Amino acid sequence: MSRSFRAETVKLVRRPASWLLLAITLVLSLIFTYVFPYAGLAGAADGPNTDRALPALLPDQLVGNSLGGLPVFLGSILLILGVLTVGGEYGWGTWKTVLTQGPTRLEVYAGKLLALAAAALAVVLAVFAVGAVASVLIASAEAQPVTWPTAGDLLTGIGAGWLIATMWAMLGAVLAVALRAVALPVGLGLVWMLAVQNLLAAIAAPLVDWVAKAQEGLPGPNAGSLAAALGAPGDTPGVAATVGGGQAAVVVAAYLVGFAVVGAVLLRRRDIG
Amino acid sequence: MNLPVQTEGLTKRYGGLTAVQDLQLTVRAGEVYGFLGPNGAGKTTTLRMLLGLVRPTAGTVRLLGRPPAAGRLTGVGALIEGPAFYPYLSGRDNLRVLARYAGVGADRVALVLDLVDLTDRAGDRYAGYSLGMKQRLGVAAALLKDPRLLILDEPTNGLDPAGMADMRTLIRRLGAAGCTVLVSSHLLGEVEQICDRVGVIARGRLVAEGSVAELRGAAGLRLLADPLDAAAERARELVGAERVRVVDGGLELAVDPDRAAWLNTELVGAGLAVRELRPRERDLEQVFFDLVEKGTADVA
Repeated sequence: MSRSFRAETVKLVRRPASWLLLAITLVLSLIFTYVFPYAGLAGAADGPNTDRALPALLPDQLVGNSLGGLPVFLGSILLILGVLTVGGEYGWGTWKTVLTQGPTRLEVYAGKLLALAAAALAVVLAVFAVGAVASVLIASAEAQPVTWPTAGDLLTGIGAGWLIATMWAMLGAVLAVALRAVALPVGLGLVWMLAVQNLLAAIAAPLVDWVAKAQEGLPGPNAGSLAAALGAPGDTPGVAATVGGGQAAVVVAAYLVGFAVVGAVLLRRRDIG
Repeated sequence: MNLPVQTEGLTKRYGGLTAVQDLQLTVRAGEVYGFLGPNGAGKTTTLRMLLGLVRPTAGTVRLLGRPPAAGRLTGVGALIEGPAFYPYLSGRDNLRVLARYAGVGADRVALVLDLVDLTDRAGDRYAGYSLGMKQRLGVAAALLKDPRLLILDEPTNGLDPAGMADMRTLIRRLGAAGCTVLVSSHLLGEVEQICDRVGVIARGRLVAEGSVAELRGAAGLRLLADPLDAAAERARELVGAERVRVVDGGLELAVDPDRAAWLNTELVGAGLAVRELRPRERDLEQVFFDLVEKGTADVA
């Protein structure tokens, strides 16, 4: 499996789309978490989160600010990365090329999932790093003291972010295996994350009790609850304390494992076209 | 005997469509085996089942003595249904990635690139390769593991005549070096040039198997002489009536071609004017069409 992991890592690192997705992630995170709120604060422009006060942009809020995008927007990008990593093999017809070199299907799939998990960690660390730089710059500009979260909070935040990011990447992977393609899994995944989740939370849950109850078991609301428990701003789309942080972490981890297992079972059982 | 390729009752159905039916295929160690059939006959489906990419509906496969679904394809190299690689990587980097999966060193990458004459363009992106270059890279990938069994699906597709000749030479060389090669093709001339034995598949069934000479059937002689009736009568006296047929204004004699000189002497001695006397071989193309037609009729 280590051979497959190394091969998958090379493919992921050398693929231009991976870097493009990382760049989009960092730009979105920077703009919506720091640039627009700070611009609004300075009275220069209106935009999302312009009502947020200066203390929310300072380094001691780094953990919450870095996790806020993961339940929906940044999570969507991780989902796309998962689809591309697995679905690309269907799109290019390269499953046969890889499998005839000797590894079993599960070895290759495990290598892909490990590479995705490593990529998710890299993305989360990059989001934290960019957020740290941005918050320090704002603190300096506003002559505010630079106070960092404790190491424990930072590690917990990075761990939670990694868990959420990996879960979405696994969803992308399982969708790619189930649909044996790239475009359709990306489309369906984004519809779920950007539209259906929000409609359920904003429209259906307040009106129908069982939908509200079901929300407590869905991946998005649990990711949002985990982020909220660690200080993500409540006005960020997808962030809401629907359940407690501990339960949310368990549910997100369960989804992560579930997506990985379902993908493995499907890949093992079905023909490679 | 441990055969490199052995199938028993191999069958694949897709809903109501039977792609491969009850296929018994055996490839012996060290031979170059041609898997011949028209498009849609079931060649690629069979090869995919051999490699564990497609699960058989029924039957068993053993590659180098082991079922392919049991684990990794040790000692087997393959190019199935055209080359497929990562377009954003160069040819060399594609092979390096595959070498990681295969657990072979970078020295093999350079070696196989050289074998398929792709070293000069190995640094170019795969997306910019011509069809022929892609095909050669596919063969290079199949050779990465220095396989004991090589399975090639239409390996000369997309190659120019010189590339096709090089590929055939390479296959023959691999065969001569002890590598067992199973090569599918719909090109009769290709199979004739490189294969020790041939299996013909039609509508998912193996309709014939043997050497090219065996498939062609017994050799004989073609005779044109005047007058034809007298020549036919004399020929029947000489070789037996059951061995003489009148075909297309001439005679076909089911006798060893080595007896041509003796026969000519006898016919001329009998006062007949012999205009033509030559060995008669069934054209492989005709054999192929006859077999496919027969196989199709049997299934229907």
